[in-house]
Amino acid sequence: MGNGTFVLAAAVAGAAVFGLSLLIHNEYFFFAGYVVLQYIVLATAWNILGGYTGYVNFGTAAFFAMGAYSSVVLYKLVSLPLPVLMVVGGAISGIVGFGTGYLTLRLRGVYFAIATLALAVVVQTLIVNWDFVGGARGAYIMRPAQVPLFGNYIQYLFLVMLVLAVVALVTARTIERSRLGYGFSAIRDDELAAEAFGVPTLRLKLLATTLSGALMGMAGAPLPYYVTYLDPASGFNLAYAVNSIAMPLIGGTTTWVGPLIGAVLLGTIQQVATVTISSAANLLIVGLLLVGFVIVAPNGIVGLFEQHWRARRA
Amino acid sequence: MSAPTLLAVEDLSKRFGGFVALEAVNFSVAEGERVGLIGPNGSGKSTLVNCLCGTLQNETGTVRFAGQAIDGLPAHRRVRLGIARSFQLPRPFATLSVGDNLRIPLLYAVDARTGVRHSKAEIDARCGELLSLMGLADKATRPPLELSQVEMRKLELARAIAAEPKLLIADEAMAGLSPSEVDDILALLVRLNERGITIILIEHIMRAVMSFSERVLVLVAGRKIADARPEDVVRDPEVTRAYLGE
Repeated sequence: MGNGTFVLAAAVAGAAVFGLSLLIHNEYFFFAGYVVLQYIVLATAWNILGGYTGYVNFGTAAFFAMGAYSSVVLYKLVSLPLPVLMVVGGAISGIVGFGTGYLTLRLRGVYFAIATLALAVVVQTLIVNWDFVGGARGAYIMRPAQVPLFGNYIQYLFLVMLVLAVVALVTARTIERSRLGYGFSAIRDDELAAEAFGVPTLRLKLLATTLSGALMGMAGAPLPYYVTYLDPASGFNLAYAVNSIAMPLIGGTTTWVGPLIGAVLLGTIQQVATVTISSAANLLIVGLLLVGFVIVAPNGIVGLFEQHWRARRA
Repeated sequence: MSAPTLLAVEDLSKRFGGFVALEAVNFSVAEGERVGLIGPNGSGKSTLVNCLCGTLQNETGTVRFAGQAIDGLPAHRRVRLGIARSFQLPRPFATLSVGDNLRIPLLYAVDARTGVRHSKAEIDARCGELLSLMGLADKATRPPLELSQVEMRKLELARAIAAEPKLLIADEAMAGLSPSEVDDILALLVRLNERGITIILIEHIMRAVMSFSERVLVLVAGRKIADARPEDVVRDPEVTRAYLGE
């Protein structure tokens, strides 16, 4: 399938999901669906750096929360439509991604991962001590009850996140099949050899951190409007970092389908568990699944299928 | 010698902390020449290769390639200028297929040098051509970790050739191979040289170096102690002393 055809197919699939959702008259569906879509974006964004390029980022929460807090700041200053807030949130997280990349990409493996973890702590500390955005108390956002053309606000949020999920998946797939995708893979496999065969490794790694950070920021920007009350503890929740790593790992990191499968699967299980058991069970479920997959299917669900097909062909 | 100089190394030094890995190394290589580089383990051969290719940066001295000083240039810029290397221990891109391993230099070195974006079909064709040349055609879709030792060495060379270099530095491309396999690789290198590629061969297998090289450089403890025709180098008392002791 060419890139153009895929964009069309993804848009049709997105429209179909939204069309079907209109048949559901339960508002809770949109609340739950929004979270799953948000994880599709986060998992895909994480995978561009972690799966394609091989740099493990533990700081998803930082990029995500920066997007969310940039919306809080803008909310207090001016009144802007949600898509604009997402662009701004994406730009800020993208710039921070670039800066983080520049400062840390000389670090490899576990050292890079620790640096991203440190970034999350630093950003959270800054936010906690920044009174303008509510500090540790948090900030309230009054969202309009209705949006022109869309009606219910939660449906609008759902649609916006759906569009972003489609954009993220199209971006990931386009990269995967491009010259850039080969460059990323070469860096992941052997950075020194990649550089020796012409890959401008530093530039490509900066591109990956910027793109990945920007998508995470865009996913975070609507969050204050979704929760209507944002405090650092929820914006920087450990669950974002853990899920955005676990979802691609469980789905499979080498293709765009992996994070999608992982996010839909884990995200849905977590939403069901929140209602039926308790939201406290979520991280436990993720942890157990992750341990299980690392043992049974180290290449994720996509890896399992590939193995199966190869065995059948042979 | 009438051919113009392709590579000129002047007073090149490299230290790691207090350890002097290379000290004031001077040599030049003419276009189309076949040069052997030998020396005992730890004599600085690989460090020299790394300094030529940009994997390491030399502290003092100058490396000129085709008349241009290339000190400080990162490795990816040097391979675009036309210096390609194979690694002493093969370092394939493990998750890419054997064919896709060649795609990296084609996409990133050749296209960047010529400024031409080749189409996917053209690059596929070129990959196929190179794989056939190296006798790896039937492995194109396999992961490199399934290759045998000799196939892995061939892939390592194929990837360097894919970069369409003017200067090919083969760092122990024949280590661990049987005598007939060594002959295969040597024949291939000679063919490449006949096509106009200048070659520096770093090798421990003396038979290979001596038959291949027009000129042999000897490094001992970071210094060049000999630079002469192969038959003269083996008779050099200093070289004998370095290899066999007093």
